[in-house]
Amino acid sequence: MQAARSKAGMRGTRRCLAANSNSGSDTVIEMQDVWKTYPNGTHALKGVSVQIDRSEFVYVVGPSGAGKSTFMKLMYREEVPTKGQISVNGFNLGKLKQRNIPLLRRNIGVIFQDYRLLPKLTAYENVAFAMEVIEAPRKMMRKRVLEVLDLVGLKNKANREPQHLSGGEQQRVAIARAIVNNPSVIVADEPTGNLDPETSWGIMQLLDEINFRGTTIVMATHNKEIVNTMRKRVLAIENGQVVRDQLRGEYGYEF
Amino acid sequence: MNFSTLLRHLREGTKNVFRNGWMSVASMLSIVVSLTLLGVALLLVLNLDRAADAADKQIEISVFLNLNIDQSERDVIEQTIRSMPEVQDLTFVSKAEGLETMRKTLGDAMVKGYEESGTNPLPDMYKVRVIEATTVPFVADKITNLNNTYTDKPIYEVDYGKGTAEKLFQWTQTVRVVGLVLVLALGVMAMFLIANTIKVTIIARRREIAIMKLVGATNRFIRWPFFVEGVLVGVTGAAITLAILLYGYFRVELAAADWSQALFTLLPLEDIWVWFSVLILGLGFLIGAWGSTISIRKFLKV
Repeated sequence: MQAARSKAGMRGTRRCLAANSNSGSDTVIEMQDVWKTYPNGTHALKGVSVQIDRSEFVYVVGPSGAGKSTFMKLMYREEVPTKGQISVNGFNLGKLKQRNIPLLRRNIGVIFQDYRLLPKLTAYENVAFAMEVIEAPRKMMRKRVLEVLDLVGLKNKANREPQHLSGGEQQRVAIARAIVNNPSVIVADEPTGNLDPETSWGIMQLLDEINFRGTTIVMATHNKEIVNTMRKRVLAIENGQVVRDQLRGEYGYEF
Repeated sequence: MNFSTLLRHLREGTKNVFRNGWMSVASMLSIVVSLTLLGVALLLVLNLDRAADAADKQIEISVFLNLNIDQSERDVIEQTIRSMPEVQDLTFVSKAEGLETMRKTLGDAMVKGYEESGTNPLPDMYKVRVIEATTVPFVADKITNLNNTYTDKPIYEVDYGKGTAEKLFQWTQTVRVVGLVLVLALGVMAMFLIANTIKVTIIARRREIAIMKLVGATNRFIRWPFFVEGVLVGVTGAAITLAILLYGYFRVELAAADWSQALFTLLPLEDIWVWFSVLILGLGFLIGAWGSTISIRKFLKV
C-alpha cells in the first residue's frame, strides 16, 4: 500500500522535474518486479520496481544486508535477477548475451568503496585503461585522460601508482576512470565509505558536478550527513523491498 | 582488433613481466628447472640410444667357408648372401688376410710356424653386416641353411656371438624403454610444476581481471596481454635453460672425449643444437601460452 502510494506521488513530481530541467524524460534505468534469490536461499530482493530518468541523482539507503548491494550489482550485470525485468541504457539485461556485457559496462561508470584500481598501473594508466578497452585512438586518449584527471584535481599526480595516493585521491582516480568514456550512468556503491568527512565532501562535490553535466548517478550510501545535506531523490531498501522513494528525501535512519 | 590495440597488448604484456617482478622470476625459474630436467633426460636418452645403436652395429655375422671351396662357388655364395633383403653389406676376408689379422692380435710367434711351413689353416670368410641388428639370428640361420641348398655344404660355420648378441639386444631395448618412461615422467612433472606456479601467479591477479571486466573489457582484450606475458616468460625461461644445457653439454662432451681418449664420444653438439634449441624454445612458448590461457579462463567468467 505504502509503496504504491509513494510511487504514484513520485511519478507526479518527476514529470514536473523533467519539465523544469528540460532534459527530456527518457528512462535510463528501469526495474520491473525484480526478485533475486541467491543459491544459498537468501532472498536479497523481493519484487523491486524502480524507474530512474536521465540526469537524476539517486541515493540508495537502508540497513546493511537489506539488498542495496544486490540492487547496485544488478544494474551493471554483475548479478542476474531470478525474476523480473531490468533495462539499463536500452539494454534488456535479461536478454543480454554474455559477450555483450562489456558493451553495457562501457556505458556505465562503476565506483566502489575500495576504489578498485589496477595496483601496478599509474593513475594515468588506470584511467587510460578504460579508453584502451574501447579502442580509442591514442592521441585522443592522452588528451581526454589528462582532461578528466584535471577535472578530478589530480593532473599533477598522473604518474603515481595507487599505493602512493591517499584514499580520497584514489577515489578521484576511480571517478576519473568512471567518467572518461562519458557514460550515461554512474553506479557508486558507498563511494565515501572509507573516507573521512572532509574528503567525502570533496568526492560528493565532484559527483554533483558530474551529475550537473547530465550524467545519471545512483549511489548507495550509509552517510546520513551527506544525504540530509545534499538533498536528492532517496530510495530506501529494507528487507529486499523499496519502502520509500522520495524526491529531495532524507536519510531517515538514526545510524 | 586494430593495429594500435595489438601494439598495446604487446606493450602491456611486456610491461607486465616487469610489473610482476618476483612473480615473473618465480615462474621463469620453475620453467628453467622443469625444462632443464627434461632436457637432461632427453640428452641422456639420446646418447644411450646412440650407444645402444652403436653396440648393435658392432654385431656382425662371420661366415666361415669350407677349405675346399673354389672361386665360382664362392661367387655364388657371395651373391646369394648379398641379395638377402636384411643384409647391408659383406666383406670378404681371405685366408691370407685372416692370418695377417691373427698376427696383429696374437703376435708373430703364433703365426711363424704356419708361415714357415707355407700352410694356412684358416678358412676364407665373409663378414656380414645386417641393416637391422635384431635380425642377426634370423639371417645367421638363413645363411646356415644354405648348406641344404648346395650339396657339397660350402659353409663350415656361421658365428655371431650367440647368446651375447641376444643379451645385448635385451639391454639396449631396456635402455630405450627406461629412457622413454623417464622423459615422459619428467614431462608430466614439469607440467604440474609449471601449472602450480601459474595458479599462484594468477590467483594474485584475479582481482585485476575482475576490475578489467567491470570497466567493460572483453575477455579477448584481457587475455591478450596475459598471453604475451606468458609467452615472454616461457621463452625467456627456455632461453636460459638452453644456455645452461648447451654449455653443460659442450663441457661434458669434451670431458667424455678426454676421459675415454676419444674411444667413446657423445652425440656431437653441432649435430643436435639446432633442433634441440627449436624444441626447447618451442616448449617454452607452448608452456607460456598454455599456462596463461588455461589459468585465466576460470577467472574470466565474472
